[in-house]
Amino acid sequence: MTDMTTRQAVMAVLVENEAGVLARVIGLFSGRGYNIESLTVAPVDETKNQSRITIVTTGTPMVIEQIKAQLDRLVPIHKVSDLTIEGPHIAREMALIKVAGTGDRRVEALRIADAFRARVVDATTESFIFEMTGSTDKLDAFINLMRPLGLVEVSRTGVAAIARGPRGI
Amino acid sequence: MSATATHDTETLATETLSGAEIVLRALKDQGVDVIFGYPGGAVLPIYDALFQQNAIRHILVRHEQAAVHAAEGYARSTGKVGVVLVTSGPGATNAVTGLVDALMDSIPVVCLTGQVPTHLIGNDAFQEADTTGITRPATKHNYLVRNVADVGRVVHEAFYVARSGRPGPVVIDLPKDILINKGRYNGMPEATHKSYRPATEPDPAAIRRAVAMMKGSKRPIVYAGGGVINAGPEASRLLAELVHLTGFPCTNTLMGLGAFPASDKQFLGMLGMHGTYEANLAMHGCDVMVNIGARFDDRVTGRLTAFSPNSLKIHADIDPSSINKNVRVDCPIIGDATKILRALIAAWKADETKPDTGAIAAWWRQIEQWRARDCLRFRQPTAADAIIKPQYAIQRLYDLASLTGKDTFITTEVGQHQMWAAQYWKFEKPNRWMTSGGLGTMGYGLPAGMGVQIAHPDALVIDIAGEASILMNIQEMSTLAQYRLPVKVFILNNEYMGMVRQWQELLHGGRYSESYSAALPDFVKLAESFHAVGLRATKVGELDDVIGEMLAVDRPVIADICVDQKENCFPMIPSGAAHNEMLLGPDDQAPKGSGGAGVTEEGMVLV
Repeated sequence: MTDMTTRQAVMAVLVENEAGVLARVIGLFSGRGYNIESLTVAPVDETKNQSRITIVTTGTPMVIEQIKAQLDRLVPIHKVSDLTIEGPHIAREMALIKVAGTGDRRVEALRIADAFRARVVDATTESFIFEMTGSTDKLDAFINLMRPLGLVEVSRTGVAAIARGPRGI
Repeated sequence: MSATATHDTETLATETLSGAEIVLRALKDQGVDVIFGYPGGAVLPIYDALFQQNAIRHILVRHEQAAVHAAEGYARSTGKVGVVLVTSGPGATNAVTGLVDALMDSIPVVCLTGQVPTHLIGNDAFQEADTTGITRPATKHNYLVRNVADVGRVVHEAFYVARSGRPGPVVIDLPKDILINKGRYNGMPEATHKSYRPATEPDPAAIRRAVAMMKGSKRPIVYAGGGVINAGPEASRLLAELVHLTGFPCTNTLMGLGAFPASDKQFLGMLGMHGTYEANLAMHGCDVMVNIGARFDDRVTGRLTAFSPNSLKIHADIDPSSINKNVRVDCPIIGDATKILRALIAAWKADETKPDTGAIAAWWRQIEQWRARDCLRFRQPTAADAIIKPQYAIQRLYDLASLTGKDTFITTEVGQHQMWAAQYWKFEKPNRWMTSGGLGTMGYGLPAGMGVQIAHPDALVIDIAGEASILMNIQEMSTLAQYRLPVKVFILNNEYMGMVRQWQELLHGGRYSESYSAALPDFVKLAESFHAVGLRATKVGELDDVIGEMLAVDRPVIADICVDQKENCFPMIPSGAAHNEMLLGPDDQAPKGSGGAGVTEEGMVLV
């Protein structure tokens, strides 16, 4: 019978950098009722005029297969790769985390940031902005630790991912 | 021919043309001879350029939705790309239903839409709509042209996208300033598309696996759909060759009718919600299913968890996203249906395994028992003043149309009459059947028939219609008159939105909420006011004469056939039921009122 257990998938999508391409991808997800947990996009090849979209999604194996096939048939899409099943990959996210506080809470925030290798990119006498890069889990863990220490706001980039080893997408 | 083309290209390279002229040059280079359209402010430059040339004929419709359906009829009956030209704003939004219809049924259409000048885009200008935004999910692909230098390339690319892989509609949004600005036209591009290159050659390993499954089968079935029609007439010929070679039974989807000759002994009729008893039970009981160019639509599968539970499924499709979408298959084959069928035939011949002819003979005996149930049987009282059964009207139409010896094309609207047409018309060839399958668009048949008649001026084109559907695009009678298109509109008039009434009877306790066609026009007078011939039959004794006269006149006709209002369309697999839980005609039928056999609470929420 059909496997109903869901899994997470990280998709790398190489697209023609043209107007409307992101709307096509997002419209595909909303129109067909697929999840988007995170989506990032930026130009990656100026000469070929290509951008790369990284999408983190969840679904049953059949749905994930559908998402890949549906993306693949969009006209301006060059290549779709499900990094989660096509071998090991690296997935990273960057976050800017603003924490306000004084006294012990401020010292504790700085100490934990150091342990997590977060960098201080802005500081006032009553606040820090930490910059941190890592896996989604690591960022989540750090942000949760900052909550009782005066977390003000967070800005995250979403996941960028790439396959390990010498081969390209 | 090529010398002239080169010469043309050389001349063009030195000559500057307006964007509108480039559009027409590119259309001509694509072999377009007719476009269906409606003018408006934003596309005036194209209409001006049209006025000054003779290569492309323009058919003026009366509503933009009809332009798209006409282009669909043209495309589906010829295998070519249909072309539409509409203005900005309401022109484009009116075309949307037609575009989605073409998308769902995989019909190649290129739709040119006007747009406000580029400097006004986003300003809520007069007749401005975000056409590319609105049509993004309504098309296979769309373009907004922002530079006159791109016009020629985009038109050629649009045709390539519309007809390649799984065909579909493509919109090109053309701002008015782009149509006026001067630029160069560089002819047909030679380079292949950068990113869209659908695979058409099947994987030989998949073909071998499929043939191994087919050779090992005891209860096989071939289930062929619209993909076979879209692949061209050669695919239909190869389908028949494969079916005859293997001795397998064959069923067609609604979109696939004509892909396999209906008169063939191995044909089980259409399958699905209103398919035949034998086709649906053979699908339910088979051990190997060979799906060629069909997509396991919900009208075909019924309840998915009970769909053909004990079969190995082979699925040949040009669109990888159709594979494993609704139904998990065991052997996917991606590619063009012609190539796949040719490869399957070759591999079947090359494979020395003997098929289990004994088991297949036993399977045929089982199928013959199902066939003997004669599920499409109906009782037509024979007295001359008896009421006409809709099924009988179609049967007589088929018999009398066959006698004319003319190449006959059938279009339909949507509802009971559509299903009866699918059940009772015997399609022997592909491209003769135009119906709105996926979207189920009432109002499709008349404009589609118009497009078919333009493409085949000498053919007999009949729109089998219902009295409710026909009113949705009735204005196109005026187009028929203008171009002297002798399309026959054959209305099965039961004064109800029949399929709605049928569902209300079977699923909603006979509460006929808003499904009665009140205040109908007099269709005979309506026809006459549109310069057509109006005919009416109210009893059996009048039917043959009316059909005979309709077929004899060389003018558009509306034949108002007043049929039994209570007739339902059977067999029927209610939503949420399985293939083996079919409702049959009045003789076999379950009690009315609370829903027949197999209708569950979950089924009732389905459409």
